[in-house]
Amino acid sequence: MAGYILRRLLLTLPTLLLVALAVFVLMRAIPGDPVLLMLGDSADAAQAAELRQRMGLDEPLPLQFGHWLLQAVRGDLGASITNGEAVMPLILDRFGVSAVIVLLAVAAAAMVAVPLGLLAAWKQDQTLDLAVVAGATLLLSVPSFWLGLLMLLVFGMKLGWLPVVGYVAFNDDWRQALLYIVLPVVTLTLIEIGALARMARASAIEVLRLEYVTHARAKGAGEGRVLWRHVLPNAFAPTLTLIGLVLGNLLGGIAVLETVFTLPGLGRLLVDAIFARDYPVVQGCLLFTAVIYVIVNLIVDLMYPLFDPRVSAA
Amino acid sequence: MTLRANAVIGGVIVASVASMAMAATLWTPHDPLGIDLALKLKPPSAAHWWGTDEFGRDVLSRAMTGAATSCLIALLTVLLAVSLGALAGVVAGFLRGWVDRTLMAVNDALLAFPGILLAMGMIVVLGASRWGVIVALGLAYAPSVARVVRGTVLSLREKEFVEASRMIGNPEWLTMVRHVLPNCVAPVAVLATSMFGWVLLAESALSFLGLGVAPPAPTWGNMLSAARPYMQTAMWLGIAPGLCIAITLLGINLLGDAVRDRLDPRMVR
Repeated sequence: MAGYILRRLLLTLPTLLLVALAVFVLMRAIPGDPVLLMLGDSADAAQAAELRQRMGLDEPLPLQFGHWLLQAVRGDLGASITNGEAVMPLILDRFGVSAVIVLLAVAAAAMVAVPLGLLAAWKQDQTLDLAVVAGATLLLSVPSFWLGLLMLLVFGMKLGWLPVVGYVAFNDDWRQALLYIVLPVVTLTLIEIGALARMARASAIEVLRLEYVTHARAKGAGEGRVLWRHVLPNAFAPTLTLIGLVLGNLLGGIAVLETVFTLPGLGRLLVDAIFARDYPVVQGCLLFTAVIYVIVNLIVDLMYPLFDPRVSAA
Repeated sequence: MTLRANAVIGGVIVASVASMAMAATLWTPHDPLGIDLALKLKPPSAAHWWGTDEFGRDVLSRAMTGAATSCLIALLTVLLAVSLGALAGVVAGFLRGWVDRTLMAVNDALLAFPGILLAMGMIVVLGASRWGVIVALGLAYAPSVARVVRGTVLSLREKEFVEASRMIGNPEWLTMVRHVLPNCVAPVAVLATSMFGWVLLAESALSFLGLGVAPPAPTWGNMLSAARPYMQTAMWLGIAPGLCIAITLLGINLLGDAVRDRLDPRMVR
């Protein structure tokens, strides 16, 4: 077990290094001179040379990468071009908004989808199963930003139950804050139920065919106990992997939902920075999100042996 | 039974969308770019079945043209991702050694990004345009193809029929092309079908964010984005493009399930 954890942790380091390298290469591939972009058209050659030297852009590329990486490890991602704010605190601030929504939605979706998938597998090919599969496939096919717009239209504009635009921080007024995140969270929950329920059902069907399930039944275990004690733990491992992937993908994909609900999240920060050509912020957001994605997958892998002891033995 | 129903419903939906897209390249009821401010924000009527938008443009014509744009982009993106991924996967699985390790290291680094995030990063470099979207999404989705192909190549190259091809004196490349590569088609087809759906969704999302095909050229994503201020007063503007995306994705998902069950019998129905 300890060996497995250590091995998995060590494997993460080269991945993180490559991720950082990919972000660095991507940002250096942007056409145009970053110095001229920062100074604007009015800059003269001396100013440009001075800034270039100050930013270390006159060093060889590998050295630049090394310096940038060292700073990033220390939590220094530079400063925004547009307003001079430090990038890291800005990202952390916005990340809080996205993380709350994504975590709530994925947790809620898992709590609904896993039992639903299990039940559908148990009743395979019967009405309940067909309904679950049809419903899940339908949910899987609806774009989150469209469902969000429809939610806004119905519950915000037509019924007037919930606020339409804006965001209130939890620190300021948590009751108001909850009202503002209900719609985004419900939207995401519905979408993710689709993918998770299908996965949970597919893995549960495979487990239900195994001999030890027949054995448990032969011993006289009730169906509830069979499902809960024998099928669920074994069927959950693939679903857990998917939850990890979903969490990570949402961090990349949540920009659309934050646009629909005008939430000041990380995705919106990235998109706004792309439009403003605020490259330090773009670079920071890309690196931060990718690192979080790697860490989420690492956590999932580390949790895997809890559900499937064979993994740590391998 | 349901399997066949899936295939039929999915097939019908995909075929309808594809014909709508192809028809749009030849004919649309109105000019999708024709502005007529006298007609702006008119609800669906006999002349304009799906109503008109904030510039008086016909929504149905725009949705049809959008289908053509989105489907073409998705198709080219999947082709790019599959060609690049298959090439990298075959080379890695075939040559092994340091080439394999290097290619897979790059591959894993790219897989460590959520697809849409990587695409957004590349849009910064390539610029928001039709080709920018295709290249960005193609590169973002190629690594998953490479991994599948490499895995298949590695497992196949030790099989008896591959060994037999070597024994009768076929050069290694011929063995690869004739005997190994055709066996990668099934898993790649399964992946490519689902990928078409992901790419369509990602392209819509990028257009919605303003990082895809730029207006006035219509895509379902940028039509939805433009509809946002009018959601309450002109609901049809927000319904039509979203419904187009959802129905198309539903068709692809159903078809994808059918293709997967057909080609990959190990998967549960």
